[in-house]
Amino acid sequence: MPWRIHYSSAYAVGFFIGDRHSAAGKSHENSQGKEETMISLHVNGKVYQVDVSKDTPLLWVLRDYLNLKGTKYSCGIGECGSCTVHIDGKAVRSCTISVGEVQRKKITTIEGLPENHPVKKAWIKEQVVQCGYCQPGVIMQVSALLSQKPALNADQIIAKMDDVICRCGTYPRIKKGIKTAIQMTKKEVTKS
Amino acid sequence: MKTSMTRRAFLKGSLAAAGLTIGVSVTPFGHRLLNASEIDSFSPNAWFKITPDNKVAIFVGNSEMGQGVLTAHSMIIAEELEADWSRVTVKQGPAADPFKNPIAGAQFTAASASVRGFYEPLRKAGAAGRAMLIKTAAETWKVPEDECKAIMSTVKHAKSGRTLTYGQLCLKAAKLEVPKDPPLKKEEEFRYLGKPMPRVDVPKKVAGKAVYGIDVTLKDLHYAVIARPPAYGAKPLSFDQKGAEQVSGVHKVVQIPEGIAVCAKTLDAALEGRDALKVSWDKGVLPDMNNDYIEKSMNEDLNKPMVSVVNTGDAKKAISEAAKKVEANYFVPFVAHTTMEPMNCTASVTDDRCDVWAPNQAQTGTQNLASKASGLPKEKVNVNTTFLGCGLGRRVKPDFVVEAVTISKAVGKPVKVMWTREEDIKYDYFRAAGSHRIEAGLDAQGKLIGWSHKLVSPSIAIWTNPMQLKDGIDWFCMWGLADRQESYGWNNRIQYEIPNLSIEFLMSSLPIPCGPWRSVQNGPNAFVIESFIDELARAAGKDPLEFRLQSLKNNMRARRVLETVAEKSGWGKTISKGEARGIAQHACFGTWTAQVAEISVNKKDGTIKVHRVVAAVDCGPVVNPDPLVAQIEGGIIMSLGTALKEEVNFANGGVKSANFDTYKLMRMSEVPEIEVHIVKSTEKIGGIGELGVPAVTPAVANAFFNATGVRIRRIPLTPNVVMDALKKA
Repeated sequence: MPWRIHYSSAYAVGFFIGDRHSAAGKSHENSQGKEETMISLHVNGKVYQVDVSKDTPLLWVLRDYLNLKGTKYSCGIGECGSCTVHIDGKAVRSCTISVGEVQRKKITTIEGLPENHPVKKAWIKEQVVQCGYCQPGVIMQVSALLSQKPALNADQIIAKMDDVICRCGTYPRIKKGIKTAIQMTKKEVTKS
Repeated sequence: MKTSMTRRAFLKGSLAAAGLTIGVSVTPFGHRLLNASEIDSFSPNAWFKITPDNKVAIFVGNSEMGQGVLTAHSMIIAEELEADWSRVTVKQGPAADPFKNPIAGAQFTAASASVRGFYEPLRKAGAAGRAMLIKTAAETWKVPEDECKAIMSTVKHAKSGRTLTYGQLCLKAAKLEVPKDPPLKKEEEFRYLGKPMPRVDVPKKVAGKAVYGIDVTLKDLHYAVIARPPAYGAKPLSFDQKGAEQVSGVHKVVQIPEGIAVCAKTLDAALEGRDALKVSWDKGVLPDMNNDYIEKSMNEDLNKPMVSVVNTGDAKKAISEAAKKVEANYFVPFVAHTTMEPMNCTASVTDDRCDVWAPNQAQTGTQNLASKASGLPKEKVNVNTTFLGCGLGRRVKPDFVVEAVTISKAVGKPVKVMWTREEDIKYDYFRAAGSHRIEAGLDAQGKLIGWSHKLVSPSIAIWTNPMQLKDGIDWFCMWGLADRQESYGWNNRIQYEIPNLSIEFLMSSLPIPCGPWRSVQNGPNAFVIESFIDELARAAGKDPLEFRLQSLKNNMRARRVLETVAEKSGWGKTISKGEARGIAQHACFGTWTAQVAEISVNKKDGTIKVHRVVAAVDCGPVVNPDPLVAQIEGGIIMSLGTALKEEVNFANGGVKSANFDTYKLMRMSEVPEIEVHIVKSTEKIGGIGELGVPAVTPAVANAFFNATGVRIRRIPLTPNVVMDALKKA
């Protein structure tokens, strides 16, 4: 898909990158000179340029500069997984990785995971979520594991979920959700 | 998030849209149904409205924190209204009098009270709407009302085959008087109640589109973080205000009672500004305080004169004359809430209004405190309740609201106060620790004849609700053991039939803030009671289930959950080698539960593996069974955390625990198989949200004894604690 380029000097215009669509291209020339100090991020199929220091955690840039609020802050030290996103298809904690480290890598957040993704569908079918705050991270981790090659079975995926925390205690439902998502993925493969 | 809805706008919105609006006014004498014309003279109090497009909008005043209240309340209304669920939309209501829970007179989401408090009033509100729509149709057709039937948002007249939709009827129906005592449906007529309905909040949450407090955005929003004292009661001696203000993006530094707030255009600037403050603090009120100090102080307090809470018969005499006497000391440490979403609040204070966006469990408290902090009357304070990233009782205390309002007022900007995870743990209002001394006596037949219980605990009420503090008794601390007259029907008290019972309390003077933590003190007190009951059963030479049933002769609901859980778990039957079962029961918030835990103990490294937990619940009528099961599952897992892992550490007069690396929670691989059995019951409806918690911790402790022959009277049962206990045995 064609990349849409968005330019903004985040500090100059406010606390986040602002209206992504109206800002597109507009400030292109103005910010030409600043190009080198800008951080370029590929998020959910779009390219953003953000004026932040290279060591800013990706989490805060996603939330407060790109206004992608689905990715959650909870511990800030990579202990709970609420902030999990995909970097080149792998589950990564966005609270402990800096934007400097992920430039030109493909970043996917919960908003970028299609609505008909088997994990999202399974999560609704099994009514996995309670408060739901940790679930974007949980869903991103499960979906990354689900796309791993060679394919992992449910027990193998479940065994890799010990580094996420759900204080509501939805763990039994997460297990169910994983099993259902695997079945849904298999069905889709058979169909296509 | 859209701009706030003022009370007036809310009211106007309800009326301008025109249609049938039914409100429930909560008075000290009960509920009064209001019709649209009356609503003018009241605050916005519409529970639902039907519009000519044949849609039903339902407003819920309780906070959605994953327990499913938006869905449960809507199901109750839709059921009695006979509304087509596909035409129902559910909205979060504002802070307003009609949303005050009749069982406590305030708008809040706690005490497992949302459904048990609103079940009847919402049924009546829905039924009144149905009756009015039927009456309108009958008048339109000039046929008797009893020939008309409401079916899925329509009224049908079978004889003539005519149908009118609720949308077609609503404007005319709005002119009728609201019936005071409308006929309710019979259980066999239920379309929604008791059936598993998908929760309305789930799709948004799965999509990552649910707006929590932390996600609120406003024009010109500023962020504030607060430098807080490292020890309880510590005051700032000096700080570098200029240094902080020089950080690019920092707007203002203001000193508030909670600490020193740095307000900036971005969160990173605020955090950088806070670092630049370099605050020097004094040592606080109790600089020597650490875990050992706390436990020693609370245990010593057991020897001081105490306040009598319950005194039936003569416990002292009965125990001294008993054939067998058993005594034990128990200790339960402080534990933290650690909601996944750390505390935060957004507030915008101007000269004539105060808007608050808060993930809160206490709308009435939030509105009152925001009014006080802003200096504006309550009518000018608009409370927007966002989704809550866990509640767990922590958000009953709106301290974060006061901070946001105070700072917004001081800096003249809309402000989001953000707590880091470290602050969230260090400045929590913990589940109160308890030090217990119990003595009990058995007669020659092994019957329980006397029980004397002493409890020392810091107060919860002084921090959260002084109403619960009376004559030296903190009733929150007593829950599980005893309850006061006003909430006696909640059954937050010892269930066993004990002819001679003495319960005494002494409030610890430790400066540690405490608050309600899922099930409040039902959790820790049930651990103590149910562990000690197992000790008594052993002293009596009886099976723990048999001993319980013998001491609950007239308590049919407790007996039924115990019998159910025993049957479903295979109590008394053989179990895999190396595994053992433990049983416990507890009643609170009007619901009875019992649980059996199956565990094994690794005697080499002290780890306990919980394999399976079977739970039985009798909560009376069931509204939505699937979230009910989910709540019990979640409560069990949270309680297992306190049984096996969780304990707050203190040092140098403050809190040492800081984040999930030092305060450990349950993880996926530690979670057992959980079975929840709902006992069919026609009793009065009870609570659910907190009911998973109390019974499982003692069930695990009792299973530990059955596995090892060693009784541990202090949680958590960490590998170190287990190894020490096994070595000493």
